Amino acid sequence: MSIIEIKNLTKKFEVEGHTVTALDGINLSIEKGDVFGIIGMSGAGKSTLVRSINYLEKPSEGRVLIDGVNLDELSEKELRKKRSRIGMIFQNFNLLEQKNVIDNVCFPLEIAGIKKKEARQRARELLKTVNLEEKEKAYPSQLSGGQKQRVAIARALSTNPQILLCDEATSALDPQTTASILGLLKKINEEMGITIVIITHQMSVVTDVCKKVAIIDSGRLVEEGPVDLIFENPRSDAAKELISGKEIRYTPLENLHAERKIRIVFQENSAYEPVIANTILKLQTPVNILKADTRNVNGKAVGEMILGLPEGDDIQNDIIAHLKEAGLVVTEVTENE
Amino acid sequence: MNEQVIKMLLEGIKDTLYMTLGSVIIGYIVGLPLGILLYVTNEKGLRPNRLVYRIFDFICNIIRSIPFLILLILLIPFTRFVVGQSYGSTATIVPLVICAAPYIARVVESSLNDVDTGVIEAARSMGASNMQIIMKVLLVEARTSLMTGFTITTGLLLGYSAMSGTVGGGGLGDIAVRYGYYRWQTDIMIITVILLIVIFQIIQNLGTNISMRFDKRKH
Repeated sequence: MSIIEIKNLTKKFEVEGHTVTALDGINLSIEKGDVFGIIGMSGAGKSTLVRSINYLEKPSEGRVLIDGVNLDELSEKELRKKRSRIGMIFQNFNLLEQKNVIDNVCFPLEIAGIKKKEARQRARELLKTVNLEEKEKAYPSQLSGGQKQRVAIARALSTNPQILLCDEATSALDPQTTASILGLLKKINEEMGITIVIITHQMSVVTDVCKKVAIIDSGRLVEEGPVDLIFENPRSDAAKELISGKEIRYTPLENLHAERKIRIVFQENSAYEPVIANTILKLQTPVNILKADTRNVNGKAVGEMILGLPEGDDIQNDIIAHLKEAGLVVTEVTENE
Repeated sequence: MNEQVIKMLLEGIKDTLYMTLGSVIIGYIVGLPLGILLYVTNEKGLRPNRLVYRIFDFICNIIRSIPFLILLILLIPFTRFVVGQSYGSTATIVPLVICAAPYIARVVESSLNDVDTGVIEAARSMGASNMQIIMKVLLVEARTSLMTGFTITTGLLLGYSAMSGTVGGGGLGDIAVRYGYYRWQTDIMIITVILLIVIFQIIQNLGTNISMRFDKRKH
């Protein structure tokens, strides 16, 4: 049984007399122990989706099941209890500015009615986990963004949640801090077995830590699967755009005369072979490298390239065949406009 | 200045402080919950309720739009009913409270509105009830701004308590009117004004200091 099951979830908002559909028939299953990424452009509805998982937003239609329990059937009190077992962190950290670090971490326990002494002990353990034990007495205003997010993570973990929801948790942080926060999340997932749901608009966040990903576009789920497979062969426009960036579809390619463009993805083994050079030498035809990038997908080196092929169907097919032979994933790049 | 005048002035200070603090405390007993109610039932509040909001919003606006001096006179029968007499410093507290409560409610509402909605959402995500959010998040996070509001309200009521002197309310305002205005004793009037200024300064500085000390947002 999946720990989170979202069935036919639809959310509509009334905005000045108009009905806006933020989410449209989303079906999603997240397994226990997963690090699950939900990615989409801003306004795609991903924040509404994550808020539906703990019912901060009640869906207009459809159901959310946590551990098989339909949240719709819970009373207000039972729902609050359920929420206390689902941790959540935010883009703006949302710490209590008037409380110091340890009181912030104790806060969910205080709400749950746990004795202060016990709460403090638990909070100190968690501050050790997030490497902030020496900042116990500091106030949020004295901390950096990364430190604040660490406090927020400790706070979210204080009630021993089964699930941790991260709503754009790294979007306000610089790349270095982002990497350390993601590392921490990974550690929490591995050591505590907590299921983590990461909402983001940054593909790098997904490729760094997530095992599975769902892509949301205009309130719909357009693609879902293991991160490496989707990275190799994105099918939806939204996925292509998120992986390769907007410029692939919009700017320089149109100005380049290459008629046919292909995207190739290198896996770990082929990333060390001079595949392109070999192809050129063998077929005695140059190819035009329009874009090249290497990324870390779940700890594996994965390269991505966009090639412009020379004219002539035969030579183009030869090149594609040769690249596929070398073990690369080859997809056509098409203009969507 | 003879002993009698000094005694009278001391009595005046005592009455002024009694009226100001009495009305501010009772005013907050009424106004604080009213302000919380306004915040909670507001469109973006914890439990929006248009009807309740509109009713209390309307009442607050009505009372606040009546000038205090007129309110003082309008409420004479009510004051007599509550206190048993319509003059004296205890009687003055009644119209002061009625004037202050809606004002306090507004000040409280605006302080609560300034609390970051993200923090409230975080508390909800932890499973906090609305009551817990009010007591443990809103009132704690807004405390600096609430303290500032308290100081401003106290200063305002100090001024209003002096105004009630014109209808026999007692206190420094009463002395200023009786001696300074009716008897042309400018020296006594100037002394009462100076005393009022000193009291006001003490309240303002005390309030600012306390709210600064409790504010952990900037160091």
